[in-house]
Amino acid sequence: MAVDLDEVRKMCELLMVANQGDHFHALGIKVTDIQRGSVTMELGYSDDIVGNPETGVIHGGVITALLDSCCGFSASTVLEELALTPTIDLRIDHLGPAEPHKPIYAVGEVYRLSRYVIFTRAVAHQGDKNRPVAQAVGNFSRMEKGTFSEFRDAMLAAYDKLIGGKS
Amino acid sequence: MSRIAELVHRAQESGDWSECIEAIPYARLIGIKLGSEAGEFCLPPKASNIGNPTLPALHGGALGGFMEMSAILHLMMSMEVLKVPKVVDFSIDYLRPGHYKDTYARCEIVRFGRKLVNVGIDCWQDDAENLVARARAQFLIE
Repeated sequence: MAVDLDEVRKMCELLMVANQGDHFHALGIKVTDIQRGSVTMELGYSDDIVGNPETGVIHGGVITALLDSCCGFSASTVLEELALTPTIDLRIDHLGPAEPHKPIYAVGEVYRLSRYVIFTRAVAHQGDKNRPVAQAVGNFSRMEKGTFSEFRDAMLAAYDKLIGGKS
Repeated sequence: MSRIAELVHRAQESGDWSECIEAIPYARLIGIKLGSEAGEFCLPPKASNIGNPTLPALHGGALGGFMEMSAILHLMMSMEVLKVPKVVDFSIDYLRPGHYKDTYARCEIVRFGRKLVNVGIDCWQDDAENLVARARAQFLIE
């Protein structure tokens, strides 16, 4: 049995949209596509996330948050049931500055699922996937089955309450 | 002299870095503050740094961003002639969950080369012995 991707979509939506003012919201990150083993996200440009006010280039920490989330949500699509996947470690290579005033797209993928670890990578680009501005490799913890059963139930109930009626 | 260089220069003389931190939008967004010792920084709880509201826990990216920002500020505070460091790569090990409370970072410049600088960053909450995360970063100074 594989996790229902619609449940993953609900989790992403709940974590990112329902909590106005959390980190995803503050940075302007949203999920645009969910496939088995791959999640695509988008980060809109805003003045609040600039790291160098002289060039308008966004801060590296924002890219870290984007690629961490993108790898992490990708990891959750390959499990058997809906669960969170705590980040074990993450490395980001900043290949070049992101162009100001343009959105950044992130594409994450799982390249190996082992018993305890989910191995992922992601690229961040601004329109040309073959010319990324950053790339990441991240490992995530695959928790024992059932660890997040309560979380899943609470999450789906919260989704129905907060978002379900509106969509 | 650029505006940032001017602010850093002024802060180095006065010891007050608040104006400089205010000038960096991302630093303002996460709410980073100076710590009690040189190379130490603090991230007080702020709702917009939460990643998982069910616990609640800080977003891993917010923790990473705080550590990277700490390293950049520490470098800017340590340099005689300011150049804004550009991050080349950043690597982080998450060791414990980051709870919704005061979070601290301590930076150590491992090597200050002519072009590249290597910085190690430790991050903790209640106890400096029990790290929440450890990171290393390479910056380009040009």
